[in-house]
Amino acid sequence: MNSDTLPRLQSEWFGNARADILAGLVVALALIPEAIAFSIIAGVDPKVGLYASFSIAVIVAITGGRPGMISAATAATAVLMVTLVKEHGLQYLLAATVLAGLFQIVAGLLKLGYVMRFVSRSVMTGFVNALAILIFMAQLPEMINVPQLTYIMIAAGLGIIYILPRFTSAVPSPLVCIIVLTIVSMAFGLDIRTVGDMGELPSTLPIFLLPDIPLNFETLRIIAPYSLGVAAVGLLESLMTASIVDELTDTKSDKNRECIGQGIANTATGFIGGMAGCAMIGQSIINVKSGGRGRLSTFCAGIFLLLMIVFLGEWVKQIPMAALVAIMIMVSIGTFNWSSFKNLSIHPRSSSIVMLATVIVVVATHNLAIGVGVGVLFSGLFFAWKISKIFAISSTLSEDATQRRYEVEGQLFFASVDDFMAAFDFKEALDKVIIDVEKAHIWDLSSVAALDTVVLKFRREGAEVEIFGLNKASETIVGELGIHDKPGALERLLGH
Amino acid sequence: MNKILAAIDDSAYAASVCDHAAWFAKSAGYAIELVHVINRVSNQDADHDLSGSIGIDARSNLLDELSELDKQMAKVGKERGRTLLQNAKQRIQESGIDAVTTTLRHDRLSDTISELESQANAIVIGKRGKSADFASKHVGSNLERVARSSNVPLFVASRAFKPIKKALIAFDGGTSSSRAIDELVNNPGFNDVSLELLFVGSPSETMGKMLNVACSRLSEAGYTVSSSTSAGTVEKVIAEHVADNNIDMLLMGAYGHSRIRHLLIGSTTTEMMRTCLVPVMLFR
Repeated sequence: MNSDTLPRLQSEWFGNARADILAGLVVALALIPEAIAFSIIAGVDPKVGLYASFSIAVIVAITGGRPGMISAATAATAVLMVTLVKEHGLQYLLAATVLAGLFQIVAGLLKLGYVMRFVSRSVMTGFVNALAILIFMAQLPEMINVPQLTYIMIAAGLGIIYILPRFTSAVPSPLVCIIVLTIVSMAFGLDIRTVGDMGELPSTLPIFLLPDIPLNFETLRIIAPYSLGVAAVGLLESLMTASIVDELTDTKSDKNRECIGQGIANTATGFIGGMAGCAMIGQSIINVKSGGRGRLSTFCAGIFLLLMIVFLGEWVKQIPMAALVAIMIMVSIGTFNWSSFKNLSIHPRSSSIVMLATVIVVVATHNLAIGVGVGVLFSGLFFAWKISKIFAISSTLSEDATQRRYEVEGQLFFASVDDFMAAFDFKEALDKVIIDVEKAHIWDLSSVAALDTVVLKFRREGAEVEIFGLNKASETIVGELGIHDKPGALERLLGH
Repeated sequence: MNKILAAIDDSAYAASVCDHAAWFAKSAGYAIELVHVINRVSNQDADHDLSGSIGIDARSNLLDELSELDKQMAKVGKERGRTLLQNAKQRIQESGIDAVTTTLRHDRLSDTISELESQANAIVIGKRGKSADFASKHVGSNLERVARSSNVPLFVASRAFKPIKKALIAFDGGTSSSRAIDELVNNPGFNDVSLELLFVGSPSETMGKMLNVACSRLSEAGYTVSSSTSAGTVEKVIAEHVADNNIDMLLMGAYGHSRIRHLLIGSTTTEMMRTCLVPVMLFR
């Protein structure tokens, strides 16, 4: 235990207590619609999402690595579990949640947080935009084939949410939106859908229960793919949100601890009948904006959420869905990175393609993990392509025209091998060829093989070949593949 | 050249830290590095936007807003810090010490001190800083944090400086109080101060021996030294002894015999810093 632990804990929890509690209250209001909306998406009672939001928020507040970040039941994870619920039912969802949590804990223990470095800025923007679109699309069922009145209610809700803050920033406008629309709906007895129509709401505090599933290999086979997807997406969104909160508050966070914290939260949530979740970008921004910085803000958000639902359940049932849809549209708009439209014409085309590819794949598959995978792949390929252009060969012929010296400069790897081969003129009748690779970097076996081929080809034409500076050029490949040549290399390898 | 770090902020202790540092630097022949850190002020009482509404480009707008706020705070903090350090430097130079450097950083005090202390022989800090509640008489949280993390002797300045002629060493035979003896034997600084060793507790043969050894080591090193033993509660006896015998300064180990020493500074130590009105020097 570090000597600084106690004061650090104290400042993470109580360093900003007053503002944290207020922010927690504001965030709890923004959590209700999301929890309900995504329970419905996943095809389960609102209870499942609400319990999950409570439990994840409270546990992550304690175990997470990023104070001030809000985690709960989310869009990103809910959309992944739709099919599982449809085909196998709620109990399998709970089991998948537990397993996803365990996967995340393992990822945290293996320190996989560092993999995030491969997720480029463009992929992140794509992820955020795709997420915003998913959140918006999730509201569509509430907006299609519904009475005309619903549209008016949604418009009124959005009006309250966006116009009220111009007059006062002391009252949460989503709260006002919910209250006003509920009163209007009840007073006029409007025939529109309410939260009560969506399924069962929690009436008691959550209790511990084991998912009712057969514990066998067949079950594992069913849930494992879903759990893996949920674990991956949950970590991606959580780590991404953590960097956003890091940036906003100019403070550091512990990414591996965050992975483990998310895992513990999901595992525990599965056992109290909640669905998997992760960090939420929109709500975390709301939290920071409302002054939330410490762990207490996330903790309070969870506690307030549960209190509101359990003790005000009768009233919560009367909330028209239109009010929640309006709030979710706001979250979606706030999450979307609108400047990416403008940036399409400013940023390098490769970045734009990566961003768009990420968005398109996510919207098509409803799976953020696949989208990010494609984005990372594209950005890797574009990077390799760009680096392969940092490559040049020049040559000089000796005065008697029997000897040529090729000077290779730049990065030699699989993507530049073709250019490398094409730069040699094998048909020239020479006695001796010198290939100077001192200023080049040989990165992989493809380039070694290419160099071998070049040597062989010249020999077949009857020229003597000398390679100059190979040791220096191949340091890059030897340094990685042969660890024996560096002092302390083994310890370093084992240390990780 | 050896140096001491003097941590100042804009509390009433800044002047006294300068005076204590100057006295110590002069008698030991050390240079002084004045340190001030600009804390990021927690704006918890600011008017937060509790509307819970996020509009277009919420993230970048919020980032701009927050960084603008921080920027202005930091600017003010830097200006204030520079003036503070300049005044302190002048005060020390007026007392005849020329080797004064200043360091201004954005950080927590304890982190800055841990970074700088490897090149320092001692740290001078006030009992309470600006952020502490003066009325409560508690020691400041920054002091506690520095005391917990630092490895060099920590000179805790009292509210006002008074020339130091007589110092009391609270001796309990523990490792950190024998560290105090080692430091005194090996390093200058208290050459002109007459020392008194005080053991609080029931006298025993081993303790008597330890006291004698400590006494003879100190007198061999050229100090005027005496020793005594009294029974009673440590905090009370020492506080009374300090008051009754015109003691100007208290030297003691940062920890007692307690096992959890690396987690907390000793409760006796904290209590002594709180109740004695003289400066205290803590040894690890």
